[in-house]
Amino acid sequence: MDGMHDLGGKHGFGRVRYSLRAQTFHEPWEKRVNALYSLAVKLGIFNMDEYRHAIERMEPRHYLSASYYERSLTSLATLCVEKGILTQEELERRAGGAFPLSSPSAPGRGNVATRQPLQVGDKVTVKTDYVPGHVRMPGYIRGKSGVVVGVSPPYPFPDAHGHGVEAEDEPTYDVRFDSRDLWSDSADAAFVHVGVFESYLERAK
Amino acid sequence: MPDQTHHHQATAPVEKRVDAIQEAFHERGMEPENFIREFKHLAEEEWVPENGARVVAKAWTDPAFRERLFANGREAVTELGLSMPPHHRHLVVLENTPKVHNVICCTLCSCTAFSIIGLPPDWYKDLEYRARVVRQSRTVLKEMGLELPADMEIRVWDTTADTRYMVLPVRPAGTEGWSEEKLAGLVTKDAMIGVSRL
Repeated sequence: MDGMHDLGGKHGFGRVRYSLRAQTFHEPWEKRVNALYSLAVKLGIFNMDEYRHAIERMEPRHYLSASYYERSLTSLATLCVEKGILTQEELERRAGGAFPLSSPSAPGRGNVATRQPLQVGDKVTVKTDYVPGHVRMPGYIRGKSGVVVGVSPPYPFPDAHGHGVEAEDEPTYDVRFDSRDLWSDSADAAFVHVGVFESYLERAK
Repeated sequence: MPDQTHHHQATAPVEKRVDAIQEAFHERGMEPENFIREFKHLAEEEWVPENGARVVAKAWTDPAFRERLFANGREAVTELGLSMPPHHRHLVVLENTPKVHNVICCTLCSCTAFSIIGLPPDWYKDLEYRARVVRQSRTVLKEMGLELPADMEIRVWDTTADTRYMVLPVRPAGTEGWSEEKLAGLVTKDAMIGVSRL
């Protein structure tokens, strides 16, 4: 989905709040959230693609205003409700107030039938697909061309795995893009590498 | 935060919402307290940047290990007693040189090789870093205190799949003859993310 989470290349954000030896956690509840969603994954209640997708499905204003761990919490609660482990009413009764959840999911999809194995050195173009469900293609590479510089072992296909759709595992390719091909002269000169699933790619024409 | 629920009551404080899930899990016999304890141990004691620092120091001192690390990072780190979660099936080690600088990010969420380089710092997960570093790499690095020479090539790596990346920094000059342990003491999480050079 072309959601609020797809931030790469967006304008308007300010300086990074960088500090030396920055912390991962700031509040004790943040560790509990991280542990609770890890427990749910371990118990097989949901997988990491479903978890990521439920974050992406957060109402955009909520997504932007929530901290990283509040987004984790919202995904965890949403999936537990959708899977029938809990109800929103129970959560709100226990919390003593509203417990906002993510918006419903659109359908997922299986592997793209035309996908083909690629090799390091191949010139490739990212398909101009518009996927309503979970997808791991950042919008900034849609329709753009680059060169394969690495091949991964096969992974579960997120567009399917995030929706409980059966699909074959497929490799991802580390594709090198020139920042000028992505954003013309409105970017710092650099090579930008993205891990792209086989289904998202075709050979460059 | 906007209230998106049907009954228009005020949103419960985030900590109360965490309590609500934890209590519900507890009542269903899922023993969240034990797992939270286990997780805290992993987060505080096991998933620490000292792991990656040992990998870097060994790569600096052992050319054969360095080759194995580039060929198959996930397998090579097991030689140091380290491991990665099952869904991280691939570790790609990115070599900095005097002319090339690598930096990692995750624009879609906040993925890292956390069992090797440590859990990501707060700023790595912030909207600013995620939005900007892919497009304004040189500018963002400079704002973060790393000013790169104009002729240094920048390579940004966006962790959009389950392949994980770590940067192999350049070994600092003047460290000839140092032990692996002493060398490892120089290596920081930020250097393995690529927002600083040693």
